[in-house]
Amino acid sequence: MGLAKRIIPCLDVDRGRVVKGVKFVEIRDAGDPVEIARRYDKQGADEITFLDITASSDDRETMVHVVEQVASEVFIPLTVGGGIRTLDDVRRMLNAGADKVSINTAAIARPEFVREAAERFGNQCIVVAIDAKAVHQPGESPRWEIFTHGGRRPTGIDAVEWARRMNAYGAGEILLTSMDRDGTKRGFDLELTRAISEATTIPIIASGGVGTLDHLADGILLGKADAVLAASIFHFAEYTIEQAKRHMQARGIEVRL
Amino acid sequence: MTSIAIIDYGMGNLRSVAKALEHVAPQARVIVTQNRQDILQADRVVFPGQGSIRDCMRELAHWNLVDVVRDAALGKPFLGLCLGPQALLDFSEENDGVAGLGVLPGRVVRFADPRDPVTGERLKVPHMGWNQVRQAGNHPLWRGIPQDSRFYFVHSYYPRPADETLVAGWTCYGFEFASVIARDNIFAVQFHPEKSAQAGLRLLANFANWNP
Repeated sequence: MGLAKRIIPCLDVDRGRVVKGVKFVEIRDAGDPVEIARRYDKQGADEITFLDITASSDDRETMVHVVEQVASEVFIPLTVGGGIRTLDDVRRMLNAGADKVSINTAAIARPEFVREAAERFGNQCIVVAIDAKAVHQPGESPRWEIFTHGGRRPTGIDAVEWARRMNAYGAGEILLTSMDRDGTKRGFDLELTRAISEATTIPIIASGGVGTLDHLADGILLGKADAVLAASIFHFAEYTIEQAKRHMQARGIEVRL
Repeated sequence: MTSIAIIDYGMGNLRSVAKALEHVAPQARVIVTQNRQDILQADRVVFPGQGSIRDCMRELAHWNLVDVVRDAALGKPFLGLCLGPQALLDFSEENDGVAGLGVLPGRVVRFADPRDPVTGERLKVPHMGWNQVRQAGNHPLWRGIPQDSRFYFVHSYYPRPADETLVAGWTCYGFEFASVIARDNIFAVQFHPEKSAQAGLRLLANFANWNP
């Protein structure tokens, strides 16, 4: 008896439509965030994360409506990331029905923003997203740096130090993505995940690289993550969330079934 | 037709709570309000809370709602959510110590370095995610909800009521704490039923039909 490790499917949303093609059987509209969220809720998703990849800020308002619609029908926690830069952005998403917002570039531009947001809205709703890449040479002790712009632009910031700092600034959770692994289906960067988890006191969501159900379990057991986030293995119906949970349970992980 | 007032005193977004209640009790009139009359006249009251206890108590006073909340807690079906049960107790150690409403006897304390009782591993704070609730007794609000069902939690402080007879549910996070406290017409849960899928919706439905 105890706290379950969470599985969080992540949906990329562009101008109100889910992109990167979700391929459920019998889905009427593969781009409809409400229908997809409902599916994931039925499968037993513990939370859902929406990443707003809309390029133009004029179209950002669309995301607010997406969150409103989903939150009216799906009664599990919702996180929204992408384009959260001001306290007003945070407020609008929370008022629309999001439970948490994920802050990435805006935290790097001005770390105090995280402190202000946590003080205003509570730590529980502030997730700091960290995109990290290994920068050590073979044989050196491991070191990771924060990258922005989809992993193209280095910031010179040490990932472990940054995580510790965001923890101290009042982040309630860290969404950690390995840019080395993202999209590779080779599994999480377990060393990175574990280093961040052990350096902080808040929950860590591991992300980037999931290709098999064992990768999910490894993220928890070896990476010491509190939750695992994945996109393609669920979207393409390779596995359902329930299958993933059964697999994790078989490896001794506590899950919500 | 029953009316349910969700007390809005500026502490967090209540849209999800309202939507979930409307979903399970379409016949009920659900209002999100800071109006004293609305709250006094409602058949049922939901007392939510989010953020820090100091802000919570300050906003209650600012909106002149302290006596109204106390009255409701003593007189009609009353559901406390998240910070709600903490505010009902005498005192919280958050923010260097804050007096609560004192409707129920007890204190609120922080998860101080919780450890897994089996492995000894350090547990993360906030306590965030889906954890089980062991129901204590046959409260009507547990009707149709299996023993040890999981609910969604997110908090760093937990209620420690003075008297175990006030505990309607226990949850383990390093040790057992009172995740649900109840007395007479009051039922107050540390978790978020509006974000707890089927089990949470059932609890809200039970509340909409509860006649203590």
